[in-house]
Amino acid sequence: MLRWLIGGGREPQGSAEKSSVQTIGEEQIQNPYTELLVLKGHQDIVRFLVQIDDCRFASAGDDGIVFLWNAQTGEKLYELHGHTHKITAIAPFSSSDVTEEKTDFIITASADRTVIVWDCASGRQVQKVSCFHSTVKCLTVLQRLNVWLSGGSDLCVWNQNLDLLCKTSHLTDAGISALVELPKNCVAAAVGKELIIFRLSASNNGSEVWNILEVKRLVDHQDNISSLISVNDLTFVTGSYIGELIVWDALDWTKQASECNFWDSSVHPDVQTEIKLSQSPHESSVQHLTSDDECVFAAVGKGIYVYNLQMKRVIACQRTAHDSSVLHIEKLPNRQLISCSEDGSVRIWELREKQQLPAEPVPTGFFNMWGFGRANKQANQAAKKMQENTPVYFLDLVGDLIGHSSAVQMFLYFGELGLATCSADHLIILWKDGERESSLRSLTLFQKLAQNGDLQLKL
Amino acid sequence: MISAPDVVAFTREEELEDDLYREPPLPEEYSVPLFPFSGQGANPWAKVAGSKFTRDFILISEFSEQVGPQPLLTIPDDAKVSGTFDLNYFSLRIMSVDYQASFVGHPPGSAYPKLNFVEDSKVVLGDSKEGAFAYVHHLTLYDLEARGFVRPFCMAYISADEHKIMQQFQELSTEFSKASECLKTGNRKAFANELEKKLKDLDYTRTVLHNETEQQKKANDKGYYTTQAIEKANELASVEKSIIEHQDLLRQIRSYPYRKLKDSEFHPYEPDCALDRADVGSDQNPTASDPTELGETHLYTHVPSYTPKLIKAKSAKCFDKKLKTLEELCDVYFFTQTLDQLHHIERTFRGDVCYLLTEQISRALLKQQSVTNFLFEDVSVLDEKPPEKQYRGCQGLGQDAIDEKCSEESLAPKVVISLGSYKSSVECVPIKMEQETEDSEEPKMSESVISEHQENLDYLDADIKGSISSGESIEVLGTEKSGSGLTKSESQASLPVIPSPQAGRSKVGSRRTVSEDSIEVLSTCPSESLIPEDFKASYPSAINEEPYADDDEGGLRFTPRANPGVDDGQDDISKEESLVQVDAACCIGKESPNFLEALPELGQKPCEEDGVVRIPPQPYRPAEQGLRGGFPSHHGLPGGLLPCELDSRYLTGSREVSKSSLDECSDSTSHISSAASTCSDRTPSPAHPACAAGERHRKRAGQNALRFIRQYPFAHPAIYSLLSGRTLVVLGEDEAMVKRLVTALSIFVPNCGAYAKPVKHWVTSALHLVDFQKWKLIGLQRAVSPAGVNVLHALSRYSRYLSILDADSKTLRCPLYKGTVVARLADHRTQIKRGSTYYMHVQSILTQLCSKAFLFTFCHHLHLPISEREPEESVVNRRMNFLKHQLGLANEDIKIVQYLAELLKLHYIQEPGQGGNPLLRFDYVPSFLYKI
Repeated sequence: MLRWLIGGGREPQGSAEKSSVQTIGEEQIQNPYTELLVLKGHQDIVRFLVQIDDCRFASAGDDGIVFLWNAQTGEKLYELHGHTHKITAIAPFSSSDVTEEKTDFIITASADRTVIVWDCASGRQVQKVSCFHSTVKCLTVLQRLNVWLSGGSDLCVWNQNLDLLCKTSHLTDAGISALVELPKNCVAAAVGKELIIFRLSASNNGSEVWNILEVKRLVDHQDNISSLISVNDLTFVTGSYIGELIVWDALDWTKQASECNFWDSSVHPDVQTEIKLSQSPHESSVQHLTSDDECVFAAVGKGIYVYNLQMKRVIACQRTAHDSSVLHIEKLPNRQLISCSEDGSVRIWELREKQQLPAEPVPTGFFNMWGFGRANKQANQAAKKMQENTPVYFLDLVGDLIGHSSAVQMFLYFGELGLATCSADHLIILWKDGERESSLRSLTLFQKLAQNGDLQLKL
Repeated sequence: MISAPDVVAFTREEELEDDLYREPPLPEEYSVPLFPFSGQGANPWAKVAGSKFTRDFILISEFSEQVGPQPLLTIPDDAKVSGTFDLNYFSLRIMSVDYQASFVGHPPGSAYPKLNFVEDSKVVLGDSKEGAFAYVHHLTLYDLEARGFVRPFCMAYISADEHKIMQQFQELSTEFSKASECLKTGNRKAFANELEKKLKDLDYTRTVLHNETEQQKKANDKGYYTTQAIEKANELASVEKSIIEHQDLLRQIRSYPYRKLKDSEFHPYEPDCALDRADVGSDQNPTASDPTELGETHLYTHVPSYTPKLIKAKSAKCFDKKLKTLEELCDVYFFTQTLDQLHHIERTFRGDVCYLLTEQISRALLKQQSVTNFLFEDVSVLDEKPPEKQYRGCQGLGQDAIDEKCSEESLAPKVVISLGSYKSSVECVPIKMEQETEDSEEPKMSESVISEHQENLDYLDADIKGSISSGESIEVLGTEKSGSGLTKSESQASLPVIPSPQAGRSKVGSRRTVSEDSIEVLSTCPSESLIPEDFKASYPSAINEEPYADDDEGGLRFTPRANPGVDDGQDDISKEESLVQVDAACCIGKESPNFLEALPELGQKPCEEDGVVRIPPQPYRPAEQGLRGGFPSHHGLPGGLLPCELDSRYLTGSREVSKSSLDECSDSTSHISSAASTCSDRTPSPAHPACAAGERHRKRAGQNALRFIRQYPFAHPAIYSLLSGRTLVVLGEDEAMVKRLVTALSIFVPNCGAYAKPVKHWVTSALHLVDFQKWKLIGLQRAVSPAGVNVLHALSRYSRYLSILDADSKTLRCPLYKGTVVARLADHRTQIKRGSTYYMHVQSILTQLCSKAFLFTFCHHLHLPISEREPEESVVNRRMNFLKHQLGLANEDIKIVQYLAELLKLHYIQEPGQGGNPLLRFDYVPSFLYKI
């Protein structure tokens, strides 16, 4: 198409380069998102989206402003100003202790070394803490204990009223990059290459005295730990920059399994050369992890890998799922997987079993005209090769969402309400199911008609 | 089809409009007999203009006390306009029908002269010999030096087209009243000033006289008065009387009931109000200032320019003095204001009456489609508020609205005329009118009343036309008083016997008298205000009876054409009703009663033989009870039951109808009155002055669009893209060319809200997603620079949201279109040649689409389940069924209607205050590349 636009034949390189990426074309029957709303407000890269409740979410980014949005209407609810630098972490926090009424807060940490708690109902700043020695890089709420933790160069424990309960000694200059809650009042903190397990203990008399103790240091990673998630009460998983994935036992903190370089060509000897060419440290870093009960989904470089915890191996992969690094992935309840990438696109994948081969690819007569034919063919071939080598499952591209003009940092899946994506182009896009929206509008319309008395029911 | 060679023949770059009459001749069998008077702008129904002037103009004349009736000025102020038309003669005519002999002087029982604040009078008169018909607006201005202090003036709108005057009477009256009000306000101000000066003079004179008398008294102490002294004393007494009289006049002119102005929505500028008051104050404590001490008085310092003069006892003979000009009579400011207003009137009403009517009707109809009209109509048209008021004149009003109307009308200062004064004035006119005795039925025939029954009166009107007696050169075509002795005169053929329903409004009530005298007054002021309340209730029967009474007497000829038309109409109605009942049962659901009520009225439209909306539309009363917006008014409403005759009429594309000139076909509304209209006016007719620019733009856009659909075989998918809300990018290097294409295509772009069209004519930077939300049609520069490559990259990235028309290589990349609507909208074989005509054609088809979208949107059961348990699928099925079978939409046409429906929904549910987030809807459909 581009070639057609430019009118000359001198631009084929781009498409050749991209040929390894599976494309889907313009006809996407299974893609439900046929309507979009662009939410404008941010003035810099939007990095975080966090869900507050069923229909609200907050966004934050490098401009230091936090926005609260209505996920249904796209209405901007509040604009929260308070940070002077970019926001580095955000976490929702709901408390319902005293009165049964549930109040929603969000906690934001910023590079200005402050942490602010905001009330989502009023849009007010509840409290602000500015006694940090370094930027807080991660926030974790331990709902069960009604405390929250901030991780920077040290680890602090706070209660709901922002009283500092206890803190660790200075750990590292680089700071804690990730925190995850483990059973038995433990937390795992990723500090550089190390994984440190802390135990949080309220003192015996149960009053205000809390304590945090370092329990164990795990040094199995060869490189900095880039992602850390908890799969279930028994396991948690870490990923590092050079592509190691380690599955840990959450109770005794032992290594259950590890997959080093599982994206490596060893699995796919026939495409090895190509992989090696594009192999660079960045390309293989584990950017993001997500999981369901059975599998861990890893965004590694440009690819997506599905690692089965039972079988302890990668069961499906899409080695070049995007044109550039995948930044965030999420598993949907319906066996679908959404990924977003630096290339500005969001893709929807479906994990399918090998037996259920999709029907023959769409007739390519039209695509040929657009130069898609070749790409498609290659993708199909790749898929076939994959089927021979990879076990049982494969990832099938169901649809893609193109809207952002720059890297899509993160997204938030709202189920029926749609999908919110945020990007470096300062925008948030709300993707919606057009059919559903249309019927919702009809409903509103008739409600309004009835309200205005315009709808006189004559029977 | 796409690359049919016959398309290329039409691809031309030059302005097609200019070539209109240089087209290659049609084959003989297709050619329409040439109209003998065909010239630029002439329409085939135009009567040969017998008038001696080329276009309508406004004449202001005065009945001068010195020289009699004389023309003062014409608007436009161009000698060519009036041509050989004898203005002097016509001034005489129009001035001689001024019934308003406003009496100023000493009324019995009053000690002082009294100013009458007379209402203006309005008459229509015709001079068939001259071929001139005029709306004449009489007014009186005050002049201290004039006889009786008054100077009668009149403003006349002169046209060769009688129907225009009759049909636009109300509008003309409103507009001229504004002008008159402006003149009179200025005049009052000037008159008051004049009086003040005069008072000062008198005061001065009195002092001088007084001094002289005193001196005389001193000089002769003989104990008796010389004749000289007595004379002086008399003189002094008369001066004093004069002072009192003038003070009284001043008081009167200042006590002019200003509240009238408030009622009439017209507030003439009162610049010196405060100053005036100050003057009053200073005058009210008159100083016995000695004129010799004048230099020392500071009382008049604020009017230093005026020095009181001594007034001679015997004023100069009136023939010696020069009367004030109109400009002097009124303040200069107000005079220019008035001229502006008159120019405005001239611009508004120029052109053929059919344009005026069409415009008024379509505006009124559009107003009623308040739910859908934002989609394709000009924002400017919708925003204006005057049309409603203006339109009232030619629009039948619901019976219940009449009282309201009457009260409104009587508030307006212009139309009201007191019966008493009228009676007396009639006597002044040297017209032989067979006056019936105070027959109170006559007033019932007032226009607003009659218009409601116009459908009955179509034929009646024809008859009355037939009875026109114009043996003499000026006819009184009817007054409230004119007798009903309806006599056919031998000269009846001087006006064509053509049924002209529109004229019914004002003409039904008019009876002709054979007048041996030369003046016939076509009609005078609308007389609603004269209708006794109890008669209003009973007028319908009175109207229905009277025509038939006339029938026997005056030889009504039923035109054979009208009757079958009416029958057809009724058939249509019943047919449509039955269809709709079916329809209603299945889909309209609860709203069906409204629907049923609305239809009979809609059904009237096609009943006219020439396929024309002959009757000024009636207000859709059901709409008031039901949905806020009226139903879009075309008879394609019952959706899938779209009658094929309609198709044949509107389907400009179909080859079957190509024999009749399709140009006229789509222009059919202009049939309305043109049957009787004289082509008096060859000036282009801006339909409405406010949209004159819009009109030009429309014409231009229509012309460009016409060229586009002829030039590009892939016009259909491109237009489909626009109609279905997919942004179309016109890509090209040449800005002018791209802009031209964008203009052409812009008429197909639905508005997203009540603001400007989502069209961006020229963009040079890379497009972004936000742009596609905002703009549905974009002209984009193709540049060779690196930036240009970025632009193209963005295009290719967002290609799924876009259709791209490459103006340079003449290619189009967009989804496939297999529907039928666009084929009707844009047929490259269309015979339409004029841009404005094509624009209208497009509007009509788009309106049909809108009404379908409206139906689709507001049918409850199409979107929501009837019962709680009904599964979603069955609703979806019902919806698709409705679209396919009831609305008769095929393939992609469904998407158009769905898109329009979404826009309607969004528009309706949007809170007034908020702009709402613009959302972008799209489909994942493959695109194709079209090449020429």
